[in-house]
Formats: sequence, structure tokens, C-alpha cells
Amino acid sequence: MGVDLTLDGEVIDPAPFAPARGSCGHAARQWLRAFRPGRLALRLSALGFCVVLWQLASSLRVDLGIVSFRYVPAPTEVAIAAWNLLQSPKLIAHIVNSLSRVFSGFGAAALIGVCLGVLIGRLRWLEDSLLPPLEVLRPIPGVAWIPLAILMFPSSELSMIFITFIGALFPILLNTIHGVEAIDRRLIAASRSLGAGRWAVFAEVVLPGALPSVITGLTIGMGTSWFCLVTAEMIAGQYGIGYYTWESYTLQNYADIVVGMLFIGAFGMTSSALVKLFGHALMPWRRVQERRA
Amino acid sequence: MNVVNDQAEANTPSLRRAGQIDLREIAIHLPGKTRFEAVRNISAHIDAGEFVSIIGPSGCGKSTLLNAIAGYLAPSGGSLRVDGEAVTGPGPDRGMVFQHNSLFPWKTALHNVAFGLKMNGVGYRERLARAEEFLRLVGLTGFSDRYPAQLSGGMQQRVEIARALINNPRVVLMDEPFGALDAQTRERMQQLLLDIWGRFKPTVLFVTHDIDEALILSDRVLVMTCRPGQAREEIDIDLPRPRPENIVVSPEFIALKKRCLALVRDEARKSLIDGLEADRIQIPVEA
Repeated sequence: MGVDLTLDGEVIDPAPFAPARGSCGHAARQWLRAFRPGRLALRLSALGFCVVLWQLASSLRVDLGIVSFRYVPAPTEVAIAAWNLLQSPKLIAHIVNSLSRVFSGFGAAALIGVCLGVLIGRLRWLEDSLLPPLEVLRPIPGVAWIPLAILMFPSSELSMIFITFIGALFPILLNTIHGVEAIDRRLIAASRSLGAGRWAVFAEVVLPGALPSVITGLTIGMGTSWFCLVTAEMIAGQYGIGYYTWESYTLQNYADIVVGMLFIGAFGMTSSALVKLFGHALMPWRRVQERRA
Repeated sequence: MNVVNDQAEANTPSLRRAGQIDLREIAIHLPGKTRFEAVRNISAHIDAGEFVSIIGPSGCGKSTLLNAIAGYLAPSGGSLRVDGEAVTGPGPDRGMVFQHNSLFPWKTALHNVAFGLKMNGVGYRERLARAEEFLRLVGLTGFSDRYPAQLSGGMQQRVEIARALINNPRVVLMDEPFGALDAQTRERMQQLLLDIWGRFKPTVLFVTHDIDEALILSDRVLVMTCRPGQAREEIDIDLPRPRPENIVVSPEFIALKKRCLALVRDEARKSLIDGLEADRIQIPVEA
């Protein structure tokens, strides 16, 4: 860049002056750094090692006393079951149904969680009036909601969405509240001294200030929403990955159960990663801070 | 000196009136476990365009007083007026510069500086062009697209100053703005501040614990007592301007410094004794 590397007589570290914006190249480089060939190899072989261990444990019918692999399907059986599912015409319906349930529940939770969280974080009286009932509801697991969910909603579809919603709501809500409350008071003071009114403080300081925490909440919420999928789809009639897993259990198709579990894991991981990526795109300044740190 | 200025103001009201600060018997109580008295009965008049520093032992309420003038907290007694208007809350007529890290981390240097204009409803292009100008003024041409995390401490303070000045405030309130900088950077920033002050002539109220800094910069120094902060003494700094770097070794400067040091030390000692006495009283109560 040819900038003088001293200013104010301070020697300036040139590294942070790499382009901060329009940083496609930068993202790619960071990606490469995280997945350097050596590390990638290690990660893959660790994964492979786990599969081998699993294969050995179940084919040798290892029994360790407290935990027994005697009836656990081996990876080879699971692979066959997975292949069968992939061939099945029902697969698309399973996936589409599950995705729409998770994303509807998550979407509603994101909307309500972020809005409520921001309001609770900013308004003392709202915190005092809303937080106690929410704290009571928070520890109740999705499975306990099933009967009430069926009674409260007109369709089983809505009941299921409600359960994925409940799963995602609390991480999003609590992280948003935390993000809003943790904003440096001086930033708000500074903005008011620069002429910001109530609304501007909110839009220009509170929202961006809480954003990192909100994104964390959304990432966790995405995961917990998938977490509740099997529970939700216990109510389902015929389709859904969670339903498929639950049905396999009732039919004692153990390999299929594992396939269902792995599908949920893979989808959950991917969608959490997407939320994280979305967050990165929204917060270019965070990339700089991370690099500096 | 004040009397003369007051008369001058009366004669040319529109030009010279901008930026007078009037404190009358200000008292400030801070909430907390026990509501305590931070500032007691401070009266002062600061003229438009004057550069005044506030010094005193740590915890004497310097920053509290500044925060009250900024409008962040309301005094529990007395009256606080800027250009005759009572202060009821923060506003763009009184720019505030904090010690450090009060830039918006999610905005680039340029957008941080442009923020005040945005709040004023100035259009996108115009506010960015003017922010660019102010960045140039503080010597940061070419750094507009950096986020605060990409700037050194000194550069961040330059952005802070530019951000506070862009609204053309009548009063600039500075709360130990260079306190977190190293000695060399601090010296440069002081010169920069004097340059800018000479150009725009806002009233500057500058809180510092560095007596040299106060003497180099100010027309007048207010020394505060230990808690609760009261006005101990006002010292006119009649050193000629511009003040060269070697002024710090001139006999006049040293004499002023000795006087300030003696006052601050005396107050710091008192607060120490007060603290010890308070401890001695507390022990039997607890036992």
C-alpha cells in the first residue's frame, strides 16, 4: 500500500491494513488457513478412526458392562440402510417436511426471540414482567410440550412447528438480551452526544452492538431446533426425518434409526454453519477484530 | 479577565455568545448502594472559546462534573447553563470525547466521523465528503475504510476528535482523551488539539490528571478538592500562545506546575487521611 508505517511516532503493524472490505479473497484465504492440508487430513482421519472403532465394537459385540455394543448396528449395516433410504421415493418428502418444520419454527423463534430480546434488554419494566414467566417455561423440554401442543393447535403441522420453535426460542432470546445489556454504555452516550434520538440509538447502536450475540443465539437456536425435531415429529403421520427415525424405533429397524440420527446431525450442522456464515457476512468488522486478536 | 470578557460578549452578542458555560452551586449525587455526594457546590463561569482544564486527585468528581455538563446525569442541586440555556440532556451542541474505545466498532473511521451529520439529516454523499475532510484535518487521510480495531490508540483518538468536531459543537468536553496513549503520541495529540482548537475556537473543557498537559493546553485550570469535589482554586495560565515545546522548562511554567502539584498533592493527602479516619471509625462499629 505504500503507507508510511509510522504515525504519531508509533510503529504500525502492517498486517491489519490488508483490505478489510470486499474480502472474498480474504475469506478464501481464511478458509484455506483453517483447512490446511495437514489439518484437513488429521480431521478426516479422526473421523475415519471413529467409524473404524464403531465397526470393530459392533462387529465384535463388545460388552463393557455399563455400555454394550451387542445390538448396535455396524457402520456397514448403516451404510446399506442409508443407501436404501437414498433410493427411496419417500426421501424427498421426509427432507422437505422436516426442513419446512425446522425452518418455520426457527424463523418464528428468530423473529420473536430477537424482538422480545431487544425490548427486554432495553426496558426494565418489560424485563421484570416478562422474564420470570419465560424463565419458568425455559427448562421444559420439547417432549413435555407434546400433549399441550396437540391440544393448543388446530393442526398437527402447527404443533410440530411449535415444538421446533420452543427449541430455538430460548437460546435466541437469552443471547439477544445478553447482547443488548452488554453494550458499552459509552457508545450509547457518545451517540446521544452526536445528536442521536431514541430511535437512532436503537437502530444505530443497540442493534449492531447486540448483533454478534444475536448471531451466536441464532446459531445455537438452529441446532436446538433440529434437536427437537424427533420430538416434534413423534406427532407426524407419515413424513419427516424425525418421524422416520421414530418409526424405525417402533419397528425395531436399528440401522435405520442410526441413518435418521446421522441425517439430523448432518442437516443440523449444515444449517448452523449457514447461519454462522450469514453472520460473518453481516459483521465485516468482526473479521478484523478476530484477525487482530 | 472574566469581567472584561463578559463585557465584550455583551457588546457582540451573536458572535461571542456561543459556548459559554455557567455553573452555579452545582451539587451532584450519584446513585449506588449508598447514594453519595460526588460534587459539592461548584460554581464557575467558562467563556466562549476558552480552553479550561479540570484537575484534581483521582475520584474527585472531575468526570462526574463533565458528564453532568454533557447531560448524561442531572445535578441534584444548582443550575447548569450553556449559553443561558439549562442543560436537560445530551446534545450535539456539546461534543464529547472519551478516553478510548468509544468509537462504534461496526463502523469504519469515515462512517464514525459522519455519524453526527447523519443524525442531523445530512445526505449520504455530502456527509461522507465532509467526514473525509475532517479525517484529513486530523491527519488520517487514507484511513477512512479502516475499522476502529484496525487503528492504533492514537489514530482512534484522532477519529474521536474528528467525530466530535464535525457537528461544529459550541462546547467540546474531553474526559482524559489522551490518558491511554504513550507519552510521545500524547504530545503530538496535544499539538493537534491546539491546532484544531485554534481553527474552530470551541469552548473546551478538558479533564486530565496530567498537570503538564493541563498547563500546556489551557487558558485556565480548575483544581478540585478531594471527594466530594469542590472548587479548590482557579489558576490563570497566562503563558503566551503558541506555546513551544520547551515551555515546560521555562521558570513560569515550572512555577505554575509547582503550585498545581502542591494543591493536588494536598488534596490527595486529605483524601487519604479521610479514608484512614473512615476506616478507624468503621472498625469498632463492625467489631
